Amino acid sequence: MVIRKLVGSIRQYLASTIATPLLIMGEVILECTIPFYMAELVNRINAGAAVSEIARFGGILAVMAMGSLAFGMVAGFTSATASCGFGRNLRSDMYAAVNDFSFDNIDRFSTSSLVTRMTTDITNVQNAFMMLTRIAVRAPFMMIFAFIMAFRLGGRMAWIFVVVVPILGATLIRVAYVAMPLFRRIFKKYDRMNESVEENITGMRVVKSFVREGFEEHKFDVASEDVRKDFTKAEKILAWNQPVMQFCLYAVMVFVLSFGSYVVITTRGVEADIGQISAMLTYSFMILSSLMMTSMIFVMVTLASESANRIVEVLDAKSDIVSPDPEHACESVANGSIEFDHVDFAYKGNPDNMVLKDVTLKIESGKTVGIIGSTGSGKSSLVQLIPRLYDPTAGTVRVGGVDVREYDLDVLRKNVAMVLQKNVLFEGTIAQNLRWGNPDATLEELKHACHLSCADEFIESKEGGYEYRIDHGGANISGGQKQRLCIARALLAKPKIIIFDDSTSAVDTRTDAMIRKGMREYIPETTKLIIAQRTASVEDADMIIVIDDGSISAVGTHQELLKNNDIYREIYESQNKGGDDDGK
Amino acid sequence: MASNHGPKGRRGPGLAPGEKLQKGIVKRVVKDIFSFFPVRLPIVLTCILLSALISAMPSIFQQKVIAVIETAYKSGNWTGVKGDIFGYVRILVLLYSIALICNVIFTQMMATITQGTLKKMRGKLFERMERLPIKFFDRRPVGDTMSLYTNDIDALRQMISQSFPQMLNTAVMITTVIFIMLYYSIFMTAVVLSGVALMFVITKFIGGGSARFFFKQQQAIGKTEGYIQETISGAKVVKVFCHEDECREEFEQLNEHLFTVASTANKYANILGPILNNMGNILYVIVGIAGGMFIATGARNIGLGGMGFSISLVVPFLGMTRMFCGQIGQISMQINAVVAGLAGCERIYRVMDEEPESDEGYVHLVNVREKNGELIETDEKTGLWAWKHPHKMEGTVTYTPLRGDIVLDGVDFAYNEEKQVLFDVSLFAKPGQKVAFVGATGAGKTTITNLLNRFYDIADGKIRYDGININKICKVDLRHAVGVVLQDTNLFTGSVMENIRYGRLDASDEDCIAAAKRVGAHDFISHLPEGYDTIVSGNAANLSQGQRQLLSIARAAVADPPVMILDEATSSIDTRTEATVQAGMDALMKGRTTFVIAHRLSTVKNSDVIIVLDHGRIIERGSHDELLKAKGQYYRLYTGAFELE
Repeated sequence: MVIRKLVGSIRQYLASTIATPLLIMGEVILECTIPFYMAELVNRINAGAAVSEIARFGGILAVMAMGSLAFGMVAGFTSATASCGFGRNLRSDMYAAVNDFSFDNIDRFSTSSLVTRMTTDITNVQNAFMMLTRIAVRAPFMMIFAFIMAFRLGGRMAWIFVVVVPILGATLIRVAYVAMPLFRRIFKKYDRMNESVEENITGMRVVKSFVREGFEEHKFDVASEDVRKDFTKAEKILAWNQPVMQFCLYAVMVFVLSFGSYVVITTRGVEADIGQISAMLTYSFMILSSLMMTSMIFVMVTLASESANRIVEVLDAKSDIVSPDPEHACESVANGSIEFDHVDFAYKGNPDNMVLKDVTLKIESGKTVGIIGSTGSGKSSLVQLIPRLYDPTAGTVRVGGVDVREYDLDVLRKNVAMVLQKNVLFEGTIAQNLRWGNPDATLEELKHACHLSCADEFIESKEGGYEYRIDHGGANISGGQKQRLCIARALLAKPKIIIFDDSTSAVDTRTDAMIRKGMREYIPETTKLIIAQRTASVEDADMIIVIDDGSISAVGTHQELLKNNDIYREIYESQNKGGDDDGK
Repeated sequence: MASNHGPKGRRGPGLAPGEKLQKGIVKRVVKDIFSFFPVRLPIVLTCILLSALISAMPSIFQQKVIAVIETAYKSGNWTGVKGDIFGYVRILVLLYSIALICNVIFTQMMATITQGTLKKMRGKLFERMERLPIKFFDRRPVGDTMSLYTNDIDALRQMISQSFPQMLNTAVMITTVIFIMLYYSIFMTAVVLSGVALMFVITKFIGGGSARFFFKQQQAIGKTEGYIQETISGAKVVKVFCHEDECREEFEQLNEHLFTVASTANKYANILGPILNNMGNILYVIVGIAGGMFIATGARNIGLGGMGFSISLVVPFLGMTRMFCGQIGQISMQINAVVAGLAGCERIYRVMDEEPESDEGYVHLVNVREKNGELIETDEKTGLWAWKHPHKMEGTVTYTPLRGDIVLDGVDFAYNEEKQVLFDVSLFAKPGQKVAFVGATGAGKTTITNLLNRFYDIADGKIRYDGININKICKVDLRHAVGVVLQDTNLFTGSVMENIRYGRLDASDEDCIAAAKRVGAHDFISHLPEGYDTIVSGNAANLSQGQRQLLSIARAAVADPPVMILDEATSSIDTRTEATVQAGMDALMKGRTTFVIAHRLSTVKNSDVIIVLDHGRIIERGSHDELLKAKGQYYRLYTGAFELE
């Protein structure tokens, strides 16, 4: 299954993929025939042949070597193209798959695991693929061919291979069998050790302020010693390969020199001749080293198969949130009204924990709605159902009076803009980031949106203004500035519904108020949902929803809630009295 | 935390173009290995030497045996020459046995040496790293330092375990073979060597090209990885803005570029093998023909051995040619590994050679007991501490009780020469007082706290702890006397209990639980699946931000120092958790001199002194009420007309 899935990514590189092993077979055949003719050449020399005959043989051999070289080089090119192309397609397929993922899929895999799968794992598989097309064909083929040639050429001498090949083969299998699980365990330990090193580097201030240098050194030493012991053991096992290989080569050498001389002399060069002696040695090297190669590939492919499984897992994952088929999909959003109809919701990873319980709610188009509640109460989950980032477990969410599942996803999401809690800007200029909201926005429009989100001031102070480059992860601007840009980006989409998920927490209260005022004037018809920590951010909303433990605790205006809702009052008071006064 | 894994810190093994290896690096590595294994290393070297020498020999026996065959070839008389041949073979078997024993010894020992050396290197590196000043970590991305332990150590392993023995083996074999060749025939040697020289040139050319493109590939991988990282961690934003197609397009461009450089790099690498291999074959043929010609034309041989051209000379020559070419193939495979290994070594040594944090302090923190109003030093754990201050000039020792009185007097500070961060900062805190620092990012709040426990040394002015200049206090003791709770909680892999005990290693379980109770962390800990035995991983998210903060507060509470530095978290935790964390911090502050980098007005309000900082200068100071009355920056801040970050 895994293999079939992966093979599907070869596509336009199929020709190179097939050509590689064929070319390599050509190379091997020529390479294995060369010693055969070489032996003939030596025999002619020994027999005192004329110079012209020697030259003729030499010519044949040179042509064969050139042919082998040509095959080898072309195979080198095709296999590079095939394997890198395969890796490229695989990467592209994975990226496309991940792009289609629903939030549930992404949550399940986690970002760092997806990144590893798309980088390290692909590299592993790509390397294994190259090995497979080149050496996995070359080594066994060479072994078999050299074997045949050795028997044809060396006669009885070749029987030595029947002895040494099983010896080496058994050793290689045994070593791989014992060492491989050991290595797997070591790599895990090794990773753990390095993780703790990373903890030390990032937490160096903690280490130093608690004066734990010595303690950490001891901890590291224990882990490091553990790795050393296991690693030494594994390497010692692996180290047996070399002397055994050496032994086999020596055995062939001794046998060919002694028994070979006997055959040559007693048959007077009929069964085998002097040339054959040196050719046998060449074949022995070919056979044994290809055996070694085969075992190496075997290990590599086994290790890569784990990577392959991880890749296929991603390719096979199907997004559970897709647009309905185009014929039936709703292509326009009538207005910004929102309706929750007995909605239950639980994340797929944790189905027992109901995050939202029987939420029923109606929001008219164009209203400003505040949402307040403690962390984990389900605020963010609630609003994520609106642009269909997740689907509810039960019940229906409607936008513009239509079930969100009936909309084409792009249409729905283009009309429901969202400023997420985890604000993300991308590497690129400020203008490029803003145009995510609307690719066709003119500079004037950008400026207007930034004016509304109070971002214009800081942008103009930056070198290059709207062409100022934002670093990876937005590292070169402050949290408040990031939030302002994200708001501007969402405004540019001119949506029917705009959702702020705690997106002004790093902005001062005055700016916060200005942003809200600007929105009221700029997009009066847009429904505005504001999730906030500060009651100040929602005080002037048309309606405030208080969420507690997945259910709606109360709905009302600021004044009403202050009067009737304990949770709201508690939050309000804690923020406006300045904390407990017995703090000291 | 994600930024630690960003593409910037990553780099592959090997040298960047233009990077040069330091001289003497090989010598230093070998010297180090020798110092780790003074007995084993010479044994290994001897074994490699012997085994290589013997491996080069068979051509001699081949020559002898074939010479014998030649004499008996026509007659077919086996019994007559049997003795001679078996005589040679017996010696060969003997030599081979020695070589095999050597081989087993050195391969087994090499495993021990390699792993032992790596462990020692890792240990030395880690030890030095732990002792480096904070400044070192400021200017280096985490990924760069991590790369020493992963990429560079790995490259070192490859180099020590495979490349070094292989190179030595090759060197010995080639030298031996050249001598044997010269002994047989100078003409033929010249033929072989000129072919080999050509192989060298080609290897160098192709190897250079492949190294160049592999470096480019590394860069392209970094870029692609960065893009994947960025768009996957920002996947929610991508979806919210329906930006999937644009992302794919951009990704395809990066992917295409990666394919181009990667396939070029691999093309270079792939053709090297066939080229060397077949050049070897062609050389083999040329040697054969040349030999045949020499025999056929009856040319006069010149060799150190004075033998004439004959088949018994040509056959071993062919064998030696093959051996020679094989060795060159081996070296060509090792060159990249050696360069990567040495480059890694150099980076490791560079860190090992960094100057560790210095400590000239001579004032120590000791346990004391009070007797007749005098402090007397004791080894017992009295819970009473004092600064032991020897006065060299007078030859006396004074004991000052540990109280937590801090004075900064005209402190100037700069992280680097270009930019001064603090200007003439003076302030004091009496024992038990709470001082809040307020100001914009970059105003110098964190810097001041970093000076208190001497993460950095000040340029001018003085800082005094209980009246003693902190430069005189031994750093270890100073840091024991100053606790910190940082914004980045930085827990360590291990159980909750172990993480709390980090504050004081000899704390009992009861002490740790008591501390957790005191700061309000006990509640959530008892709700964890394994309670105090729950394993916390340094970066995994099995705890919420608020919970991690509570743990780091409990950790500081166990340490129980008289002076605390608190850096409040800015990240948004909800009001209720915040209240718990706040209560924990309040409990921790009780009875201690506390410096708070404040982000919440409630904390600020409750402080004894508020210090408002701007661009490294104190611009306002006073209590909350005083400052409100003054209607300055603090007033604007408090009324929300100013951003606090």
